[in-house]
Amino acid sequence: MAGAAERPLSPHLQIYRPMLTMMMSIVHRITGVALYFGTLLLVIWLIAAASSPEAFDLVNGIYGSWIGLIVLVGYSWALIHHAIGGIRHFIWDTGAGFGPEARELMAKLTIGGSIGLTVLLWIAIWLVKG
Amino acid sequence: MVQLTLPKNSQITEGKVWPKPAGANRLTEYRIYRWNPDDGKNPSVDTYYVDRDDCGPMVLDGLIYIKNKVDPTLTFRRSCREGICGSCAMNIDGTNTLACLKSMDDVDASAVKIYPLPHMPVVKDLVPDLTQFYAQHASVEPWLHTETPAPEKEWRQGRGDREKLDGLYECILCACCSTSCPSYWWNGDRYLGPAALLQAYRWLIDSRDEATGDRLDDLEDPFRLYRCHTIMNCAKACPKGLNPAKAIAEIKKMMVARQF
Repeated sequence: MAGAAERPLSPHLQIYRPMLTMMMSIVHRITGVALYFGTLLLVIWLIAAASSPEAFDLVNGIYGSWIGLIVLVGYSWALIHHAIGGIRHFIWDTGAGFGPEARELMAKLTIGGSIGLTVLLWIAIWLVKG
Repeated sequence: MVQLTLPKNSQITEGKVWPKPAGANRLTEYRIYRWNPDDGKNPSVDTYYVDRDDCGPMVLDGLIYIKNKVDPTLTFRRSCREGICGSCAMNIDGTNTLACLKSMDDVDASAVKIYPLPHMPVVKDLVPDLTQFYAQHASVEPWLHTETPAPEKEWRQGRGDREKLDGLYECILCACCSTSCPSYWWNGDRYLGPAALLQAYRWLIDSRDEATGDRLDDLEDPFRLYRCHTIMNCAKACPKGLNPAKAIAEIKKMMVARQF
């Protein structure tokens, strides 16, 4: 087609209605990436513990500050959410859970489960620490 | 690759507002993506008003009303107007569907917003270029492959084996599913997409087909098959109620099962 303008690309993310399962897929990706950073925090903590009592106190102090705690709550939620998402994908790998009701229910259980377990985890931590 | 924004020549501008039909009591607003290859401008969204008392109930009826009575330059594909040809696939009210099967009353937003099928090269207005989509369908060789000499009459199939094709053979290749899939948006050049994979599975489980192993070999690829991440937009979009995500999962299962 000589002379015709180059074809535009039709809009996609900009106009597509957000679907629960689509959002869950994106969140699964984001939490997966977040886990790399969270694991890094864990490694820093372990290295500090192996280095010296001073280094450990420093890192522990940062992690125990309110900003540190917010990050740790986020990390634990990302870990739990990604893990439950993994179970969801495992169920799909068996060929089950593809129906209109099942896929929505599994998405809702993943969100509810991850938030619920994170809250329980931190209540448990709070109780143990006293 | 993932590209979240539109290229410069694809960014959408505000278009023309067409006059309301005179003397109409019940109006429905349409906001429609326009692009003309001949005027050198960016795509725009035009606003139209459809007289509901002079028009059928479906979104396609409204498009035909506009083309006949308001703006004859509006370009879209349509043929059967009963959900069997797949021509009028487009993005309506945020999801891909057939304009002929979508009632104007089922649109959630106050205006009927219509775009071409997402992340496709646009030929004009609501007409996307489906060349690659059809090539991908052809690449799964959607016909019977046999080694044994052809029987005198026909290739016979039992009732149970025939039932395995239900939910697969009904696909009309409208491309609603593939163009709803973010994985297909980002990797449509290498990922076959839900429609082609549903058809691949339709031939994989056909009891008469004798090329199952070769077919699986062709699909055993990080992109062609495994870019499916069970996002499920395909299954939600399919206007025929089919489930490409499930078909893809069954192919993945066959990949594992044949290793034992």
